[in-house]
Formats: sequence, structure tokens, C-alpha cells
Amino acid sequence: MSRRWPALLRSGGFLTGVLIIVFWTGCALFGRRLAPFDPFADDILTALSPPSALHWFGTDQLGRDVLSRVIVGSRDVLTVAPLATGLGLALGVLLGLIAGYFRGMVDELISRTIDAVLALPLVIIALLALSAIGSSTVTVIIVVGVVFAPLIARTVRAAVLTERDLDYVAAARLRNESTLWILFSEILPNVAPPILVEATVRLGYAVFTVATLSFIGFGIQPPSPDWGLAVSESYALINGGIWWPALFNTLAISSLVIAVNLAADGIHRALHA
Amino acid sequence: MRIGALLARRAALAVATLWLLSVLVFAAGQLLPGDVGRAILGPLADARSVANLDHQLGLDRPLLVRYWDWVSHFVTGDMSRSYAYRAPVAPFILSALGASVKLGAMAFVLTVPLSIALGVWAAVHKGRTADRIITVIGTWAASLPEFATGIVLILIFGIWLRVLPVTASWPAGAGIATQIYHLVLPSLPLMLVLFGYLARMARAGTVEALCADYTRTAVLKGLKPRTVLWRHVLRNALLPAITVTATQTGYLLGGLVIVETLFRYPGIGSLIYAAARDKDFPMLEAGVVTVGVLYILTGLLADLLYAWLNPRIRLGAFE
Repeated sequence: MSRRWPALLRSGGFLTGVLIIVFWTGCALFGRRLAPFDPFADDILTALSPPSALHWFGTDQLGRDVLSRVIVGSRDVLTVAPLATGLGLALGVLLGLIAGYFRGMVDELISRTIDAVLALPLVIIALLALSAIGSSTVTVIIVVGVVFAPLIARTVRAAVLTERDLDYVAAARLRNESTLWILFSEILPNVAPPILVEATVRLGYAVFTVATLSFIGFGIQPPSPDWGLAVSESYALINGGIWWPALFNTLAISSLVIAVNLAADGIHRALHA
Repeated sequence: MRIGALLARRAALAVATLWLLSVLVFAAGQLLPGDVGRAILGPLADARSVANLDHQLGLDRPLLVRYWDWVSHFVTGDMSRSYAYRAPVAPFILSALGASVKLGAMAFVLTVPLSIALGVWAAVHKGRTADRIITVIGTWAASLPEFATGIVLILIFGIWLRVLPVTASWPAGAGIATQIYHLVLPSLPLMLVLFGYLARMARAGTVEALCADYTRTAVLKGLKPRTVLWRHVLRNALLPAITVTATQTGYLLGGLVIVETLFRYPGIGSLIYAAARDKDFPMLEAGVVTVGVLYILTGLLADLLYAWLNPRIRLGAFE
């Protein structure tokens, strides 16, 4: 695997993606110091002023500086999306390993439940669950993670199916290794590449899903400067010609989604080269 | 006869999936929210009236009884009553579904042939500029959230150029042309995502078929390039397109929630969104189950069509 990294570092798409992700991560970590204004300070007298030399991206309906809010706006999505992906990965890998290794009834049960969950669009399941248990940062992480788990489980299961009958697994069984050891120390390292690709692709979808949920009011909650939330608070103003709060936040979220996809695509290519 | 066995197996699977789906939706709608009576009446309500309302709504009965009651009524078309509108749910679902079908059909009819054609075009011209452009646009289009593309499109076409209406509501009694005109902008974000997936899939399938041995044989035995493409390459390359198109129906139904909310279009997506926002669980459950049923049915239909069009399955070559 290590000889593939040089190829990855020569891939322009991958580097661009990583650079944008690093940029937004920097903004998430040090945004409060970089922002020209306090992103939470409202000033109703200057509300909705268009972009100017003072406020480069204009101000929003409460008179808050849009540029400053865009800078710190990456923090919540960059916390929630990776944590949700991590949770989905943990659950999905566990389910996929069990379903693929044991086959039979266990596999049928897990696979059919996965099919039922996947019979609904992700956004709709998330909406159903979040309206039932209420939206908060923690519930969004849990719901998106749980919703992603079946998809990841399916990929892991497929990879495990081709591994479980190989000699090294039979050898481990003959050595009388425990099932847990076989699953996590023998099979898991061998199915790591597809899991890595799946994880990066899922991260892109997690950013997409969290932003979408925030846009419809079921994701990150006010007064967070989150991009999806900011678009949801300002898109109605577009018809009145007030485009700056909606547009700059839209561009920010788009840049992050594309960046994660470019990085994921780069890793996918490097592993399949 | 084999196609009959396949049909039976696939239908049984669909029924099992439907049952699991109903359990999931029931659990999410009835168990997760906790005390529904309390949620409706608010935190200040007297405990006795909460108990009273729970009794009226039948929420004090055992779970299995409630599940059976819900499912058996649902199957007969009685989707219970909306909390928010205090009226039966079914008529709302039906009219919303009609509106959504219009929007979805518009996106589908325009995108499916176009993206498959462009995907094949890209594959045939692999590595050239046209291929690069189609691939890059496809990748970006499929990865951006619908609300993001929607807002950029509204700004460009609705506000700055002023060529398209920004809301999807047409005057009452408008003709089909006016309706389509109002549906262009809302269907564009859906079309972009569909284009991304379908074009990518059509390209990958065609590239694979072009490298296959049977294509080389067809070329070497002197067939015209056109015949090779239509009779040998596309017949193999585009079969998976049926399955992918069906999977994308599921995506489309999810995308409708966003697009219909953004454009204030009264379809099943905005109905589900409003029900979720108002915690109108009967409406939400009915909407979600409807979407699930539609998706399962399209999947079933696609699998059957695939089996019927694919001689390898139709004639039972692989048993």
C-alpha cells in the first residue's frame, strides 16, 4: 500500500481536495481569531447591508458579518460529519463482519434489515428519526451514523465474503483462534482498503447529509453559524434581491463537499491503480 | 418457468422488506417520541387530560395491538387522522403524490435519455475533451446538495437573468405549458444529481463493454462500427442502467423533500417535511410508508424488467 502514496501525492484532484479541507479545518480551529468581526455580534442598524469594503460578504438579517460567520461556520459540520461517519463505520464494520463471516440465518436477518432501511431515502429516515427524538448535535451524529451503518455493512459484508474461505482464515480456525480474533485480527486488516474507500466516500455524504438536514431545520441548531443553517435562515430573502447571505454560505458548503469528494476519489484511484 | 420462480422469490422479498419497513416506521413514529398526548397538549396540561387523550388516540393499548391496528387499517387505505389538520391523512397524501409525480416525471423524462446518451458518447470518446467535461460535470453534479445547486440556479435564472419563475406555484387552471415552465427551475437540481449518477454509470458500462472479447470479435469479423455499438456494446452496457435508474427513483424521492421545500411546491416531500416539523406523526408515517412502497415497487419492477430483457436470466442460462 505504501508505494501507492507517491501516486496519491501527484494527483492534482486529491491535493486540491486536501488543501481545501485543511483550509476549512484551520478556519474551524482558529476561525474566531481570523474573523474580522465577532460572528455572533448583531447590529440591527446595519442589517442586510450588501457587500462593501467594510463587510466583504455583507451582513445578515441581524446585522452580523457574513464573512466572519462563513469563516467560523465550518466548525459544526466538520465536527458532526466525521463523528457520524466514525459511528457509522464502527457499527457497519461490526455488522458487515458478522453477516459476512457467519452467513446463514444471521446474515439473512442482517441483510434483510439493511434492505428495509435502504428502501427509504437517507434524508427521509433521518427526518423521521430526528422529528421523533428531537434535533441536537448529539442526535444528529447518532441518527446519521446509524443511517449510514447499513450502507457500510453492505460493502464490508461483500468484502468479507471473498475472504472468509481463504486459506489463512482456515489456518486461523485450525489454530483454534477465537472467532473475535479471526474477525478483527485476521479478516479486518485484509478488508481494510475497501473500508477506507467507503469511509472517505461516506464522509462526503455525511457533509452532504448534515448540511441538508441543517437546511431543513433538523440538523445543527441556532445560533450556530453553520452554513446549511445560515442558508435556511436566508434563502427566503433571495426573492427580495438579498443574495449575499445565502450565496456565500452555499458556496462554502459546496467547496467543502467537492473537496471531500476529490480527496475520496483520489484515495479510491490510488487503491485501485 | 424460471422467470416465474424469480418473480415469486423477488415478490416474497419485497413483501418481507415492506413488513420490516412498517416495523421501522411504526417504531420511529410511535415509540421514539414517547408521550404523544403530552407532546400535543404541552408541558402544562393536566395529567388526567393527557391520559384521556392517550386513551382517545388508543395509545394506552398494548404495543402489538397498536401495531396490528395501524397496519391493518393502513393496508385498506385508512391511514388514520392527521394531528395537525384533524382530518383523514389519505386525501393529503394522494394530492401531494400527484404533484410530486409531475415534478419527478419531468426530471426523469428529460434526464434519463440525455444522461445515458452523453455517458455513452463520453465512453466512445474516452480520454478526449468531451469525455473529460462530461465526467467532471457529472461528478460535481452528483456530489453537491440539492439546496446548494437550487440556490445558485434560482439566483442565476430567477433573479439575475429573470428568465424563469422562482416559485413552483402556477396560477389555478394553468395549461400544461405554463405548468412545465414553472417546473423547470425546481426540477433542475434533481436533474443535475440524476445526470451525475446515470451518465457515470452509462459511461462505465460502455467502457467495459468496449474492452470485452465479444466486442473485439465483432470488430474483427468486419461488422460496421455502428452495428458493433448498437447490437453488441450497448445491449450489454445499458442493461444495468435499468437497475441504476430504479435506485435513483429512491434518491429522487429523498431529493423531493429538499427541492419542494426550497421551491414551496405542494408535493409529498414538502408534506413529509411539514409533518416532521409539526410532529404530525400519522401524516409523517403515512408519507414515509408511501415513499417506501413506491421505492420497493420500482425496485421490483426494475428487477423484473432486467430479468425479462436479459436473455441470460430469461432463458435460465445461469442456474
